[in-house]
Amino acid sequence: MMTRSRTLAVAAVVALAAGVVGGGYAQTPSRHLEGAKKEGKVVWYTSLVLPSAEKVAKLFEAAHPDVKVEVHRTGSQRILQRVMQEMQANIKNVDVIHTSDAGHYVFLKEKKLLAKYTPAGVEGFPAGFKDKDGYYYGLRATVNAIVYNTKAVSAAEAPKTWTDLLDPKWKGKMVTAHPGYSGVIATHVLALVHLHGWDYFKTLAQNKLMIVQSANDPATVVSSGERVVAVDGGDYGAYQLKKKGNPVEIVYPKEGVPLVVSPTAITAFAPHPNAARLFTDFTFTREVQQVMADSEGLYTGHPEVTYPADKPKLKDLKLLTVTPEELEKRNEEIKKRFVEFFGA
Amino acid sequence: MDRSIAVWVGATLALVVLIALPLGWLGWLSISGEHGATLAHYRDAFSDPALQKALWNTVVLAFWVGLVSVAIGAPLAWLTARTDVPGRGLIRGLVLASFVTPPFLGAFAWVMLAGPNAGILNTVWRSVTSAEAPLLNIFTMPGLVFVVSIYTFPYVYIMVANTLALIASDLEEAAAILGAGRLAVARTVTLPMVLPALASGFILAVLQALALFGSPAILALPAGFHTVTTQIWSLFQFPPKVEQAAAFSVPLLLATALLLDVQKRLLGRRGYAAVGGKGGQRRTIPLGRWRWPALAACLIVMSGAIFLPYGVLAKGAFSRAWAQPLSRDNFTLGNFAFTFFEYGSTRAAIVNTLELAVLTACIGAAMVALLSYVTNRRLVVGHQLVAFLVLAPVVVPGVVLAVGLFIAYTRPPFVLYGTLWILFLAYLTKEMPVGYAQADATFRAIPADLEEAGRVLGAGRLRILKEITAPLAKSGIIAAWCFIFIGVIRELSASILLFTPSTKVMSVVIFDLKEEGQFGAISVLGLVMLALTFATVALVQAALGRDVLGARR
Repeated sequence: MMTRSRTLAVAAVVALAAGVVGGGYAQTPSRHLEGAKKEGKVVWYTSLVLPSAEKVAKLFEAAHPDVKVEVHRTGSQRILQRVMQEMQANIKNVDVIHTSDAGHYVFLKEKKLLAKYTPAGVEGFPAGFKDKDGYYYGLRATVNAIVYNTKAVSAAEAPKTWTDLLDPKWKGKMVTAHPGYSGVIATHVLALVHLHGWDYFKTLAQNKLMIVQSANDPATVVSSGERVVAVDGGDYGAYQLKKKGNPVEIVYPKEGVPLVVSPTAITAFAPHPNAARLFTDFTFTREVQQVMADSEGLYTGHPEVTYPADKPKLKDLKLLTVTPEELEKRNEEIKKRFVEFFGA
Repeated sequence: MDRSIAVWVGATLALVVLIALPLGWLGWLSISGEHGATLAHYRDAFSDPALQKALWNTVVLAFWVGLVSVAIGAPLAWLTARTDVPGRGLIRGLVLASFVTPPFLGAFAWVMLAGPNAGILNTVWRSVTSAEAPLLNIFTMPGLVFVVSIYTFPYVYIMVANTLALIASDLEEAAAILGAGRLAVARTVTLPMVLPALASGFILAVLQALALFGSPAILALPAGFHTVTTQIWSLFQFPPKVEQAAAFSVPLLLATALLLDVQKRLLGRRGYAAVGGKGGQRRTIPLGRWRWPALAACLIVMSGAIFLPYGVLAKGAFSRAWAQPLSRDNFTLGNFAFTFFEYGSTRAAIVNTLELAVLTACIGAAMVALLSYVTNRRLVVGHQLVAFLVLAPVVVPGVVLAVGLFIAYTRPPFVLYGTLWILFLAYLTKEMPVGYAQADATFRAIPADLEEAGRVLGAGRLRILKEITAPLAKSGIIAAWCFIFIGVIRELSASILLFTPSTKVMSVVIFDLKEEGQFGAISVLGLVMLALTFATVALVQAALGRDVLGARR
């Protein structure tokens, strides 16, 4: 499938470069282009899973050969840690911050570390993808789902709901990612606390889960067979694994799936502000948003993007949402209680 | 006298920048409150049940690693130093390989080998025995002890092998003539003589285990438990609790200092005239029909440390899915392509690592050469103190040093955080004792008479240095350079707190990839790191004309 996604990516670039695709951006050169060329690069701290992040960067560089993208990919919480540590030492390095913890943006906005910028083409995005003050916008979205290994678990036995995971028969067979690393998971935990309360996690921990960090990793652990059920994680990683022929299946529990909208914002102190704007605009173009949907299995806010037939439509899923404000306020609590229950 | 002043000023300055400032800040921050000094951070840290547990886990880990390292290292040392076991050179080579293998790479490889379900050894075990339960579960305390021990036992091996090589056989033979059986000889003669070396090796192994970050992070965190080092690291997560981290670092520092002091006393009080003498024959003990089984036992141990992990890394590098057999469908070069051409951080990290390694090794080797020359030839007043100070950083575990450096150099007047210089300082401090020990041994072996002869013939000090001392010391200093170089490229525990996105090094990139579960790319980078390490080892061997473990053949 790598080849297929590559082909798509290449097609998107060719279309962009040729300027034949409708959608506005490619037809008129950006007003940020000249400035961006002078700046020469954009520094992107991103929590988008590494191969996907590198792909977006390569697409951008193909469209704008004079502007390089420096990708620094790590977990959402690590990104915030890096940014704040750099602030403390007065280091101005990052241009664009993209994490999956919407609470970060409430925090960063309050600290006056974000620049107000509305990317071209986000007018049609749903309200959940837009900051009312105009500082950050949802670049992509994913939902948390249950993933199981089809070699080890039959469809009939597979857990169907979040509470199915509490069954002691799964003891020692499940894996979770960590809210202290991943914004996808922090959002997930808060949404399920709304649904089932903290007791849910207390009981879940009795099943002795393996603990990994990235929201992308539970699915890879399940795919390798090291554990047979992933209790959380963005469905896009699992979707990619499944497309590549790995023995994984995704379950979207009927109780609802936590929706994670991952915002992006330009920093107030961006050393390459024009490149940052050019890059941000680029990532919101229909073409790039379509690539994310097609080859990466992500959801987006772009109204014209179409989704692969084998992915459930967002409108068909019962979505559990949390507000960025609450996520910000309860960040400490989420991490602390998770560690209390799961041990590390 | 003027010369003394220059050396002293230089040494003091270096010391302030490398040790006093970071540790001073560490100590200060651990007791600083909003209204003057306070013990609140200590109270917070040590009353937290999670942190107490981490502390206890570290004690358990370190103790068992010490014991297991002795159990592996001592017999191996005895076999290669004293018996006619076949393939002694090979065994020594493998011990050396284990010594230089970055422990976190070993831990990562053992995840692929002995993960309870997908681990390759367990898969094979299940298919052979059709058992349900795994043979090994690496995500447990015993698993962690095992993985740490197989890369720590060389410390015991070196201590014991070097001691055994110095004990003459005549005492043992005398005991045998007096009617003692083989066991009795071992118990009453050999053991007491190697006991200080054993104890000292045990302590070195314990110290390694205390300071280690990568292996617990890879094996303990998935199992839901922390050690002190991983706990300190997680205290840096946002919102950072640097004061608590500082308070939590202090006991680790004190424990290390205490243990090293005990070790020094043990070695200093050797007390047996038989050890350390050069005279006397060392007769080889014939193993008879146990020769080949003994070799097999050695190779089994070494397969745990070398063959299996290296093999699984190579397999991981060429596989699409690491847990599947390496069939035609599963074979790929994509991991290499991704690591080197698509993943932007790789090249920057390799360049950073090499720059830092070369810089630290050059400056470090120059410093230890100068300092050990000064102390050995007693060129300045208080040369013993200089020697002590150079060796002092050995008591500072990497994570603790990093906490101190972080605090000291993220605030004025010296803001070094965000540059490679803070990593350079960390590496230089950390590697200084190793380099100094090597350089010191070199100068000790060069008799002063040669230099005096030069002086009698009318040469000045500089000319003597250039024409007599330097050529003789050259290979030893090159070895010191290489030791520092190897130490830098594998360093993780300090780097993990000091890197910024623009100053990543290879070990940090590997750790990043581990957190994301990118097994293929980790395997590729791991192989690169091993290749760099072994190329450097080959250089040391060539420079020294012998193997680097230091024991005589």
